[in-house]
Amino acid sequence: MTTAVTTNAERRVPPLGGFSLTFLRLEIRRLLRNRRTVIFTLIIPPVFFWAFGTGHTTENAGRGNVTAYVMISLAVYGAMIATTAGGASVAIERAVGWSRQLRLTPLNPAAYVIIKVLTAMVLGALSVAIVFAVGALGGSQMPGWVWVVSGLVAWVGALVFAAFGLFMGYLLPSENVMQILGPVLALLAFFGGLFVPLQLLGHGFQEIAKFTPAYGVGVLARAPLTGDPVNVGAIVNVVVWTAIFAAGAVWRFRRDTARV
Amino acid sequence: MTHTFSSAAAPATGRAGVPAVGLRGLTKRFGAVTAVDGLDLAIEPGEIVAFLGPNGAGKTSTIDMVLGLSRPDAGTVEVYGTSPRSAVAHGLVSAVMQTGGLLKELTVRETVELTAALFAHTRPVDEVLQRAGISALAGRRVGKCSGGEQQRLRFAIALLPEPELLILDEPTTGMDVEGRRDFWSAIRADAERGRTVLFATHYLEEADAYADRVVLISRGRIVADGTPAEIRALSAGRRLSATWDGVTAAEAAAVRALPGVEDVELRGDTVLVHAADSDAVARHLLTATPARDLQITSRGLEDAFIALTGDPR
Repeated sequence: MTTAVTTNAERRVPPLGGFSLTFLRLEIRRLLRNRRTVIFTLIIPPVFFWAFGTGHTTENAGRGNVTAYVMISLAVYGAMIATTAGGASVAIERAVGWSRQLRLTPLNPAAYVIIKVLTAMVLGALSVAIVFAVGALGGSQMPGWVWVVSGLVAWVGALVFAAFGLFMGYLLPSENVMQILGPVLALLAFFGGLFVPLQLLGHGFQEIAKFTPAYGVGVLARAPLTGDPVNVGAIVNVVVWTAIFAAGAVWRFRRDTARV
Repeated sequence: MTHTFSSAAAPATGRAGVPAVGLRGLTKRFGAVTAVDGLDLAIEPGEIVAFLGPNGAGKTSTIDMVLGLSRPDAGTVEVYGTSPRSAVAHGLVSAVMQTGGLLKELTVRETVELTAALFAHTRPVDEVLQRAGISALAGRRVGKCSGGEQQRLRFAIALLPEPELLILDEPTTGMDVEGRRDFWSAIRADAERGRTVLFATHYLEEADAYADRVVLISRGRIVADGTPAEIRALSAGRRLSATWDGVTAAEAAAVRALPGVEDVELRGDTVLVHAADSDAVARHLLTATPARDLQITSRGLEDAFIALTGDPR
């Protein structure tokens, strides 16, 4: 061998299976460069808020006004679209063959999934922050601690949909995965009471809605505002759906890495 | 996460007797089709090897197993004495694949930067861009690059870990003549650094022009293995066959000793001769021996390819 070739002593396997902040930064930049993702996650939720929330500043909703109630619901909606889009980006990478290219690097498949979840959560945080910022300008009123706690719950609860997005991303190898999932998410948001309060809908509808995946996080995120006691059913909803989607993602992921 | 890799045997670069690639009884089946059929092959460090064969011969299936992209149904693969996955993780082997996907929304430079972030140790981004001849394209979106430019981007990515072994799977498919020439001159300049190169191709000229060694593969098996000159010799000249009742080994050896005769084969009463000078052999057979029913066929490079691979192109 000539001297130009790296000697064996220098050949190391990267720490953390290839996970790095540079990789995370570039992944986030990629996601934000996708115009469709930006429109659906960062623009539509605040626009919905402005259209449907700002007219209720004088109506009371527990510790604040109805405007704040609508704002929290739409923050949950934005976070769920953002995290689904982040997770589902694996479908696009599989469809174009980028995941195959990544198999020629030291990147550990588990590190790849962690990067995807973190990217999804960063986008989810951005979506919540933008809805809350527009909400503050649009007349949302509630105590300071409620802003913090509701925002955090809306964001952390969106992990359900990061898992959902990953599961779908491994299930549907399609570049147009979000065009398929967009309507599904709208339906789930409707059943989760994010567009219209469930109390305004029929009793039978409410009973079904309790078992859908956006319901739990919606109830928990609004609880600090409404003053409702901790809803065990909502916590169970979030935990069980996260477990179901994560198990589905792991199952598909294992098949994927075995087959390549 | 690191333990998965570090538990594997340490790669043995430069250790005497450890081949860059060692395949033993390698077999891959897809349903009823056996794509790779008990392949045995050792590639020594520093060799430039062409994997030549028609489409569907099993070239890509073999390369996938060498890179750890798929698992053999039987047999073993070792890359520098370790598993393919460990060799990839250590940056010992990298590849330019036929269809490896690139992300259209990234620029050329970002694609290289992103890949570099996944390795423990890489060459500088600017250096690999320059070596692949795409420095001028650094700021361009991948989606706006031509097929040849994207292929050179894949080459730049493959250079990042400064691999001991570079694998190219039909790297110039779909390129125009100029793109193909540029690509190969970049590869050739690079190979002068002593890198081991394994490339799959179905272009005879590429194998002839760029390889030290040609492994001809057909239906998952190796049908010829030698220097380009040796492979050409298999195909050049003519093939004579004649019926020769009661031919003896000594008589066959006498034919073998004629000028220009490369090979003599006996099949019962039929004698087969490969020779550069078919006239001399024909004259000898018809005048000095009882041979009859003489047939002479010419064998060009293409004919040899068909004869050896059993597959018309």
